[in-house]
Amino acid sequence: MRETVLEIAHLQISFTQYSRGMRRVELPVIRDLDVEVKEGEMVAVVGSSGSGKSLLAHGVLGILPYNASMKGNILYRGEPLSAERVQRLRGREIVLVPQSLSYLDPLRKVGWQIRRGRKEERVRKKLRELFRRYHLEEAVEEQYPFELSGGMSRRILVSTAMMEEPRLVIADEPTPGLDLKLAKRVMEHFRELADQGAGVLVITHDLELALETADKVVIFYAGTTVEEALCSDFTAEESLRHPYTKALWRALPQHGFQALEGNQPYVKDLPPGCPFFPRCPLRSEACREEVPYRRVRGGRVRCCAFFESPNKEI
Amino acid sequence: MRIMKSWGFYAGKQLLRMLLLMGAVSMVTFFLMKASPVDPLQANVGQAALGTMSQEQVEKLRAYWGTDLPPVQQYVSWAKDFVQGEMGTSLLYRRPVESVIGEKLENSLFLLFFAWVFSGILGITLGVLAGMYRGSILDKGIKGYCILIAATPAFWLALLLLLFFGVWLKVLPIGFSVPIGMEAADVTFFDRMRHAILPILTLSFTGVSNITLHTREKMIDIMESDYMLFARARGETTWEMFWNHGFRNVLLPALTLQFASISEIFGGSVLVEQVFSYPGMGQAAVAAGLGSDLPLLMAVTMISALFVFGGNLTADLLYHIVDPRIRRSKAAL
Ligand SMILES: Nc1ncnc2c1ncn2[C@@H]1O[C@H](COP(=O)(O)OP(=O)(O)OP(=O)(O)O)[C@@H](O)[C@H]1O
Ligand SMILES: [Mg+2]
Repeated sequence: MRETVLEIAHLQISFTQYSRGMRRVELPVIRDLDVEVKEGEMVAVVGSSGSGKSLLAHGVLGILPYNASMKGNILYRGEPLSAERVQRLRGREIVLVPQSLSYLDPLRKVGWQIRRGRKEERVRKKLRELFRRYHLEEAVEEQYPFELSGGMSRRILVSTAMMEEPRLVIADEPTPGLDLKLAKRVMEHFRELADQGAGVLVITHDLELALETADKVVIFYAGTTVEEALCSDFTAEESLRHPYTKALWRALPQHGFQALEGNQPYVKDLPPGCPFFPRCPLRSEACREEVPYRRVRGGRVRCCAFFESPNKEI
Repeated sequence: MRIMKSWGFYAGKQLLRMLLLMGAVSMVTFFLMKASPVDPLQANVGQAALGTMSQEQVEKLRAYWGTDLPPVQQYVSWAKDFVQGEMGTSLLYRRPVESVIGEKLENSLFLLFFAWVFSGILGITLGVLAGMYRGSILDKGIKGYCILIAATPAFWLALLLLLFFGVWLKVLPIGFSVPIGMEAADVTFFDRMRHAILPILTLSFTGVSNITLHTREKMIDIMESDYMLFARARGETTWEMFWNHGFRNVLLPALTLQFASISEIFGGSVLVEQVFSYPGMGQAAVAAGLGSDLPLLMAVTMISALFVFGGNLTADLLYHIVDPRIRRSKAAL
C-alpha cells in the first residue's frame, strides 16, 4: 500500500477585503477543495485562470499573503501540517516549483540560487549531475536569471526542487508560454520525479497536457473541486462523472471543440450549493443544497445526480 | 573591443553632458548677476570711498575689473580664463579666487562628506527596517519622523540644535570651523570635528528623510516580490531572506539615490553654514552673491555644479557596473 503524502480536505481560502464604507468583506476564493496525493503519484489540479490555483500552492506551503485566511484540514504523511511543521519542511521535504522566472532573485547567479548558497562539494556535484540530466551547460551556473531562455528557465526552476530530497513536489503552472513539445518535456520531468517516489501535485489550466502525463486529474470549478478522475477515465465520456468534466471532455480538440455556453461564476456572488448549477443540463432542486463529495467508481464527484441515485449512470 | 568602443562612447556622451551643464549653469549665473541691481563697485569699494573718487579714477577701476565692457564680452573673457584654470581675483577677499575656494571647499567637504555618509547609512538602515516591518510600530515611528523632518526647515533645526547644545548645555561651540583666535597650526582634528558636529547633525537629520522614504518603498516592493515569496517557500528565515536577497536588491537603488541627492546636501549646506557661521562654500556663495563678487560666485557655482554632476555620474556608473542586467547586456551603454 502506497503512503498518502498529502491529503487536503475541505480547504477554504478567503481574503478579507474592505469595501466602500470600510465594511469587511470575506471573499472565499477557494471554497471547498479536496485533493489526495500518494507516493509515486502525479496528480494534476486543473482550473481556469485566476481560479485560485497559486493560492492552493501557497496555502499548502504556508506562504499566503497576510490578508488571506485558510480553513480545512491538510495532512502531510498522515499528520496535520501545522504552520510550524510546514515551516520546518518547506524547501526540504516539501518543495515548490514556482510559476515563473520572477521567483528567482534577479541579482543572484542561477547556480548560487539552485544551491541556495551551499558550497559543499556534495552539493556542487549534485548540481552538475542535475545540469547534465537536464541538458544545461555548466556555464549556465554563472548566468543571471534574465539571461535564461524560456525553456531553460523551466529546467532551472525544476532543478531548484531536485536539489533537495523532496517527498512532495508542488508545481504551480509549470508550462505556460512554452510550445507543446517543450511543455510535454517539462511535464515529463515531473513524471520522473513521481517515478522516483515523490508525490507530485501539478497545478495547471491545461487539461490536455495533464492527461498525457499525470495519473489523476482533479477538476476545480469556481472554488470547488467537482471531480477526481483517473486519466484513463478520459478515454470515453461515459466513464467521467461530473457534467462539467464531461463538458470539458467535449471541448477537447479530438472530441470536436464543443465549448460550453456561459462563464464560470465569480466567487463573490456565489449562492450555496453546486456552483455549476446555472449551467448544468441535469440540475434539480436538490443541487441548491450543500453537495457532498463522494467516491464513485475509483474517483470522486460532487454532484446531486449521484446523491439522488448513486447507482444511476450519468 | 566592442565593450571598449561602447565605453568610449559613454565617456564622450557624459563629457558632452558635463560641458553643456557647466555652460548653461555659468551663463545663467553670470547674466542673473549682471541683471542684479547691486553695483559691484559700490558693494566692494564702498559708497563713501566711491564718492571721494574722481570720475577718472572710477572709470579706471571699472576698466580694471572689466565692468565697463558689454556683458556678453565679459562672459566670454571670463569663460576663456576659466577654461585655462584662471578664476580671477575675488573682489571681497582681494585674493585669487583659487585660494579662497581651496580653503572654503576644504571646510565644506569635511562637513558635507560626513553629513552625506551619516544620512546615507542612517537613511538606508531606517528605510530597510521600515519596509521589512511594514505596518509595525517601528515603521510608523520611522515614517512619522521622516514626514516631520521633511516639513522642518533646515535652518530652524540648526537654530534649535545650536540653542540646545551650544547655548544651553554649552558642550559644543556655537559657530566657526575652528576655535576662535587659535593658530592654524595648533588646530587638531578633534577641534575641527567639534565645530563640525552641529552642522553635520543638522544636515544628516534633514537629509535622511528622502532616502529613508525611498528605501522604504523599494524594500516594500522587494518584500512583496515573487523572489522573496519563493525564498520563504524554500525555508529561508526572515534574516536569511534579507541577507541573501533583500539587501543587495535594495542597496543599488538606495545608493544611486544617495549619489544623485548630493545637490540637496549642497543646497542645505548654504543655510546651515550661515546659521553656524561656518566658513564653507555655502557661506562664500551667499557672501559673493550679496557682495556682487562675480569671480568668486562663478567659481563657487561651477565647483558645486561639478560635484552634483559627479554625483549623478557616479549613480549612473553604479548601475552600469553593478547591475548585471545592464552590465551583461550588449546594448548597455
Ligand atoms: N492578496 C490578494 N488579495 C485579494 N485577492 C487576491 C490576492 N491574491 C490573489 N487574489 C485573488 O485570488 C484569485 C486567485 O488568484 P491566483 O493567483 O491563485 O489565481 P491562479 O489560478 O493562480 O491564476 P493564474 O492562472 O493567473 O496563475 C484571483 O482572482 C485574485 O484576484
Ligand atoms: Mg497562478
